[in-house]
Amino acid sequence: MIRWRSAATAVSLLALGLSACATTGAGGPAKTSAAPAKPAEKAEAKPLPKGLDGQASTGFPSTYQPFPSRPTAFVGATVLTATGQQIENGVVFVSGGKITAVGGSDTPIPADVAVIDAKGKWITPGIIDAHSHLGVYPSPGVQARSDGNEATDPNTAQVWAEHSVWPQDPGFNRARAGGVTTLQILPGSANLFGGRSVTLKNVPALTTQAMKFPDAPYGLKMACGENPKRVYGGKSRSPSTAMGNVFGYRKAWIDAADYARKWDDFRAKQQKGEKADPPKRDLQLETLAGVLKGEILVQNHCYRADEEATMIDIAKEFGYKITMFHHAIESYKIAPLLAKEGICSATWASWTGFKMESLDGIDANAAILWKNGACVVIHSDDPIMTQRLNQEAAIAMTAGNKLGYGISRAEAIKWITANPAKAMGIGDKTGSLEPGKAADLVVWSRDPFSVYAQAEKVFIDGALIYDRQDKRFQPKSDFELGQPGQGAFN
Amino acid sequence: MTRSLLLASAACALALPLALPATAQTVAIVNARIEPVSSAAIPSGTLVIKDGKIAALGPNVAIPAGATVIDAKGGVVTPGLVASSSNLSASEIGGVRETRDDGTGSALSAAFDISYSVNPASPMIGLARDGGVTSSAVVPVLSGTGGGASEHADDGVVEEMTAGKDGAGDPPLFGGQAAFIRLKAGSPDIVEAAKLAVTVSLGESGARAAGGSRGADLVLIRSALEDARAFASRRAAFEQGATRDFGLSRLDLAALIPVVQGKTPLLIRVSRAADIRQALKLAAEEKIKIILEGVEEGWMVAAEIAKAGVPVIVDPQADLPDSFEALGSRLDNAARLNAAGVSVAINGARDFNNLRQERLNAGLAVANGLPYAAGLASVTLTPAKIWGQDGKIGSLDVGKVADVVVWNGDPLETTSWPLNVFVGGVEQPKDSRQTQLRDRYATTDASGYPPAYR
Repeated sequence: MIRWRSAATAVSLLALGLSACATTGAGGPAKTSAAPAKPAEKAEAKPLPKGLDGQASTGFPSTYQPFPSRPTAFVGATVLTATGQQIENGVVFVSGGKITAVGGSDTPIPADVAVIDAKGKWITPGIIDAHSHLGVYPSPGVQARSDGNEATDPNTAQVWAEHSVWPQDPGFNRARAGGVTTLQILPGSANLFGGRSVTLKNVPALTTQAMKFPDAPYGLKMACGENPKRVYGGKSRSPSTAMGNVFGYRKAWIDAADYARKWDDFRAKQQKGEKADPPKRDLQLETLAGVLKGEILVQNHCYRADEEATMIDIAKEFGYKITMFHHAIESYKIAPLLAKEGICSATWASWTGFKMESLDGIDANAAILWKNGACVVIHSDDPIMTQRLNQEAAIAMTAGNKLGYGISRAEAIKWITANPAKAMGIGDKTGSLEPGKAADLVVWSRDPFSVYAQAEKVFIDGALIYDRQDKRFQPKSDFELGQPGQGAFN
Repeated sequence: MTRSLLLASAACALALPLALPATAQTVAIVNARIEPVSSAAIPSGTLVIKDGKIAALGPNVAIPAGATVIDAKGGVVTPGLVASSSNLSASEIGGVRETRDDGTGSALSAAFDISYSVNPASPMIGLARDGGVTSSAVVPVLSGTGGGASEHADDGVVEEMTAGKDGAGDPPLFGGQAAFIRLKAGSPDIVEAAKLAVTVSLGESGARAAGGSRGADLVLIRSALEDARAFASRRAAFEQGATRDFGLSRLDLAALIPVVQGKTPLLIRVSRAADIRQALKLAAEEKIKIILEGVEEGWMVAAEIAKAGVPVIVDPQADLPDSFEALGSRLDNAARLNAAGVSVAINGARDFNNLRQERLNAGLAVANGLPYAAGLASVTLTPAKIWGQDGKIGSLDVGKVADVVVWNGDPLETTSWPLNVFVGGVEQPKDSRQTQLRDRYATTDASGYPPAYR
């Protein structure tokens, strides 16, 4: 895990180096042809409208506000902190929406705070699903709401998942009842570049903006393998082969570097007070340039080990960093390489052989990666599995323990909390129970790695957002009203 | 130390495929919690396997002379798990059409016979057995409809993931005939029984097979049953071309004869409560036997299903309103159906070669209110009864065939796994393609040669 963090630093330095080269390298010839020897005119100090500024990569602002909360102490539970600790008879104290203290039974608790007796219960950080299509492929799954794949071009880096999310997807409610507090919503994998992901707080909301995780970086969904070449090959377009895929990635990065250089030139001139026309904003290239700058994280759907190795070489060729391989079903074959490169692998434990590129999926994938010191994430890509990521992590942990690895719950819980948080660039904000982090946590009926465990209470930023025993805290989406069962799913 | 152990286990795994299971031996499993399913659990006891059958079980059973003794060390012994509806051995890789033999194209309808699709050498059989599954109903799906309730629609190309070579166009009305296999390693023929049921779908999938709506679907199904009756009674006339035209081919009509005679059940895939009522009405009026699969809104009509004595096969994970015919999906569907007196079998995830999920699904149903005993039965005796195999398997009773699993803990729990799997009294190999991949990459060596040499 430490290796992963230090490697990330090294690569972002590399990315800086590249953008510097691109700027100086392109300066010369352009100037000689421009010719006039008079001093450059002073630029007007008028800032660009936000919509025309090629670096306005923040999107529409988050309007998320934490729900009401009060200082609360959880007492007596077995606490998995996702920092490697399992605390028996522990205390978790939260106030102001943050974790204030975590420790043993002797942890001091201020007077006049709410106390929740959690004896016999387990507490973990809120579950984080790093690969979800909730909202973009919502329930019910009808064509009219099938908004996850802009399958019209192999490169749709210009689209943003947040503009497809339907906040009334009942799947958000089911995921919350399974302890999921944070989700990365990704575009689908029909394209080489599917578009931007969005990170959401799993709170019921009327707008996507009200779910957007404040200050979370964006991800770029990329896809290796069978899907893009099948989708476009089937239309007699490129890519139709694996080599066509790789051409598509490389061409796009060359275009993106050129675009980044134009904006860098413009900014440099502007800074020097010279007159300069801003380049035309291009939403596709802007997202790709954001990756080259290290601001947008690459979330790369890639099943096969050999294709992962190719993607690593492409990243090196153009000076960006791959943050995580998703559906990385063969990562166990190159675990030392992934550990060295500091790239996370997000995987299922139990799915295998549902398509050719998933044929070599094994339940010990996560465990072998873990044994090699590589970063492991258990993800869902599925509105059913997301409700029980704790159990999927248990299957992965058990596969390792069948090999005699002795993987503890304190370790395995990271696969669905701290590690996805890091891989989504929000590891400093959530994902573990440490003072100062968001009070996103789950009170489980028992050991969360048991098939019988249920999330009893779920908190986001210290606020109770789901309570299995209290109907007032079992939100239903508008869609569920007036339907059979009235959305009463538990 | 760990490493050398791993190398040793890898060596064992490599040796196993050569050592195919020999003849049945006498085995005594001692120091086990025994879950016969047909009767109360024995907290600590012995189970004896002899001549391929269960010879004795109880708290104080003598170990026969010469028996191989397996110390379960407090683990659990159960009947081998029965997959209640899967495509095991008839489908290999969901997205690779050449490996999909679990559905018919347009050539056949009810006559499609999945028993001819069974490949005893399918590597997915070892994987299933590694999850404690010792037998499975192999049940066709309608072509063009994929396998289960929730498709993996990530790439938006769902129609690629279909059964049958001819995925285009509307599926035929009937899916075909189901079979039953037992997962005997090294056996040239694992089909235990064929032509066990004919499948059909109501609701959205069924409507697709009938030009678009439910009204057409049920009219066509009823008409097909009527045709089958007429065909059965006027066969000679049919051969001479002296009957009216029938809606289905000769082969399809012939496959429906045992259904209309009430000998073979119609397996009906259905979700919505109203469609379930139609299925029950169909069975009553046509005097046919039925099995219901899916049944997401079954809890809303549980009393009616119980009254009709119709068994169901459900997926307890199905709690999303993921279609307009499953808006009432609930996690406690299995528990409510069981409480109403319905015979409930639980299945795994047929789309991902993930039959391990079956026992975890039973655990999930237990977590949502299904009594533990019913949970265990839902993956053993109940599916065995549904498929008419309970005279041989499904519970641990003296005289039954010894399909037996020794677990290191609760068989419905995530953290448990099978230690020994017996099919017909023969201990099965512990390896599968997946364990061989695992062992290849879990080990390292300094030979300088790539893993292909391991």
